[in-house]
Amino acid sequence: MTRLTRRGLLRSGAAAGILAASGLPLRAQMKRGGRLRAGLAGANTSDSWDSRTHSDNFMQNAGNGAVFDSLTEVSADGTLVGELAESWEATPDAKTWTFNLRQGVSFHNGKPFGAEDVIESLQMHVAEDSKSAAKPIIGAIIEMKKLTDHQVQFTLDKGNADLPYLLSDYHLNIFPAGQIEEAIAKGIGTGLYQVVSFDPGVRFVGKRVEGHYKDGKAGWFDEIEYIAINDATARMNALMTGQVDAINRVDVKTEALLKANPTVNIQEVTGNRHFTFPMLTDVAPLDNVNVRRALKYGINRQEMVDKILLGHGRVGNDTPIGPANQYYAGDMEQLSYDPDKAAFYLKEAGMDQLNIDLSASSAAFAGAVDAAQLYQSSAKPAGININVVQEPADGYWSNVWIKKPFSAAFWSGRATEDWMFSSAFEAGVPWNDSQWGPEDSARFQELLITARAELDSDKRREMYTEMQMILRDDGGVIIPMFANWVQGVSNKLAIPETVGNLWGMDNARMSERWAMA
Amino acid sequence: MPGVLNIILQRLALGLLTLFVVSIVIFVAVNALPGDFAQVILGQGATPEAVATIRRDLGLNEPLVQRYFGWLAAILTGDLGTSFAQLNFQSSMGGGNLKTVASQIAPRFANTMFLAGVTAAIAVPLAVGLGVLAALYRGTVFDRVTNIFTLSSVSSPEFFLAYVLILFLAVLNPLLPSLSNIYDGMALGARLKATMLPALTLTLIVLAQMMRMTRAAIINLLASPYIEMARLKGVTPLRVITRHALPNALAPIINVVALNLAYLITGVVVVEVVFVYPGIGQLFVDAVKIRDIPVVQACCLIFAAAYILLNLTADILSILSNPRLRHPK
Repeated sequence: MTRLTRRGLLRSGAAAGILAASGLPLRAQMKRGGRLRAGLAGANTSDSWDSRTHSDNFMQNAGNGAVFDSLTEVSADGTLVGELAESWEATPDAKTWTFNLRQGVSFHNGKPFGAEDVIESLQMHVAEDSKSAAKPIIGAIIEMKKLTDHQVQFTLDKGNADLPYLLSDYHLNIFPAGQIEEAIAKGIGTGLYQVVSFDPGVRFVGKRVEGHYKDGKAGWFDEIEYIAINDATARMNALMTGQVDAINRVDVKTEALLKANPTVNIQEVTGNRHFTFPMLTDVAPLDNVNVRRALKYGINRQEMVDKILLGHGRVGNDTPIGPANQYYAGDMEQLSYDPDKAAFYLKEAGMDQLNIDLSASSAAFAGAVDAAQLYQSSAKPAGININVVQEPADGYWSNVWIKKPFSAAFWSGRATEDWMFSSAFEAGVPWNDSQWGPEDSARFQELLITARAELDSDKRREMYTEMQMILRDDGGVIIPMFANWVQGVSNKLAIPETVGNLWGMDNARMSERWAMA
Repeated sequence: MPGVLNIILQRLALGLLTLFVVSIVIFVAVNALPGDFAQVILGQGATPEAVATIRRDLGLNEPLVQRYFGWLAAILTGDLGTSFAQLNFQSSMGGGNLKTVASQIAPRFANTMFLAGVTAAIAVPLAVGLGVLAALYRGTVFDRVTNIFTLSSVSSPEFFLAYVLILFLAVLNPLLPSLSNIYDGMALGARLKATMLPALTLTLIVLAQMMRMTRAAIINLLASPYIEMARLKGVTPLRVITRHALPNALAPIINVVALNLAYLITGVVVVEVVFVYPGIGQLFVDAVKIRDIPVVQACCLIFAAAYILLNLTADILSILSNPRLRHPK
């Protein structure tokens, strides 16, 4: 484990207890050697080493998870540790941040790593016309200054206590300055594995770098091979017949078959990935909070977890903050299925019954149309007549989502509360899929700004809990379920007890954290 | 043989016309699908600005007709163009050295041809052999079993056959890998092994038609007087078939073999997906998914050209194998 900083420990809060209890004794048994073969969904022939374009699990694993490093890293238990940054400090307004970079690190082509690499790599994301998904993160940095060769200072336009967390994002890989184009073409990073061969959408092979700064702490395989298998059945077959040691996204319908195979284990973690039904809060009748409440009580969440996720998930409470977040309010009272209450709120809104269209498509999430139909039948007794409109999967995100007043959607979640809220609930942002704004809850928008710059962990917890309550009671997004990451692993692998739940395959870092048994 | 040459030229000209029509149909059809490259590649993250930027960079805002003729002009100079994914990459990255569609397709096409070659090497001798034997032992148990077996395999969907083979040859008896992990610099033996299951699946699919055609063509000939003559002079039944009947049955057999070979190139999409075989079929599926029109167009042209050329070859060969057509009066 890399050195923990004071602030890293601070923000870990509850997780610090787990830290002491987990991983470490097991890690002592980890030994070097072997070849990790993984069959991964989420690969594309358009993939490249340009981390600005990374969006799916294959390139997460190959990029940030193997070949490249970022400044910080979310460890398996959710704590934040340094990766290329060793430690960091902020001014009390959380506006100016100083990062101390690791010394003696070099890129795979031998170039030593320093402050310029950080600045140039991060600036790629804010270049004119950049389509990087991390543009909002780096866009908030108004000044990047090199203090020494191994120290950089970032100045933000507004205070943000989460900056070190945000810099762990898998888009923010560090490339060698002055050679970025070549590094993107060949895949030259500072990660544990260097590229042997890469055929986009087909296969990636990496070889362990000798003499790496993570030696003894991570990176146990001699070689890794990631094979692109987008077809769920082909992935299963490959694992069952021992041609790969690990697969992501197990089709839960075939779980029983995997369980029957003694050489294979199922690994399951609940993270932040959630399936939703967003309502546009600026369109009648959904602008009426009582109508939204009626809809919240008319959905049978447990039934959806049982029938759509086949039990591989947990019920949601209409907040996007999940178990992988630090300030997840897990003890908040759970919304339940209650047709009487739903009918009551409908009366409060001055209606006897409600007729509403719900747009759904398999593009939103697997089983979205079935989920909408379950919703239809559970809402009926409350006088809510949902008309399920099956939309085409092609162009769903452009033509239906945020365009139709009531639709189905999914979010993979975000590592921090602020990031999640400011992506989908801050007034005016493009992905605000409920058009949630100050006219719905001025308090929410105010808390969002205050909590962002607050460095005190307890105060932040209070504020984020209140925000989750506001969303549960009045919010415009119905979040019935959180879906587990379900992955299959061979018993030839030694895997630490705690596995990351932010992204699939141990936060896409299986090549670092797992070993041959 | 000026007659044959004329036919070839005529057919090639017609083939080019067919390719032209195919390219129009595909271009219009892909554009008629809901969503375009910009929307699909951005997915959930599609803000109107980002979509507009990509459309502007790729020239997707220009009218359909103009884009089509732009593409056509390039293709006439032999330039298959650059895929949208690569162009999009360039516009966010700058710099050159982009992979062209041709360089993207070439290795995939080579893989597909390898698979087709292995399949043909297994399927054609097997089908013709079985057909000859079935004709020889017409009406016996052997004939019936062969017929039932090949007909039921051709009547099953490809993915079903693939899974049945995986079950018996990879899961229950781990003889062959269910994953066709093919890469550059692989030894031929390992490559053949990795290709075997998809090749066997394809064999099962193309076997029936070729085998039944061989059988039917030979049985048809066995009723003719010259065969009776051969029998009367005491030639063994096997020799009657191989020496007297088969050469005269070649035309229809070659025809059906060529059609099936064309299928091996154009129809392998499902099989490639099931076995994760990195051929042109998978590339094609990926490209359609993200509406990458230059790649889709190039793949379709290759598929269409394969059909046209193999059909042409079949016709030429059946002319050459038939003395009456070879020497027209």
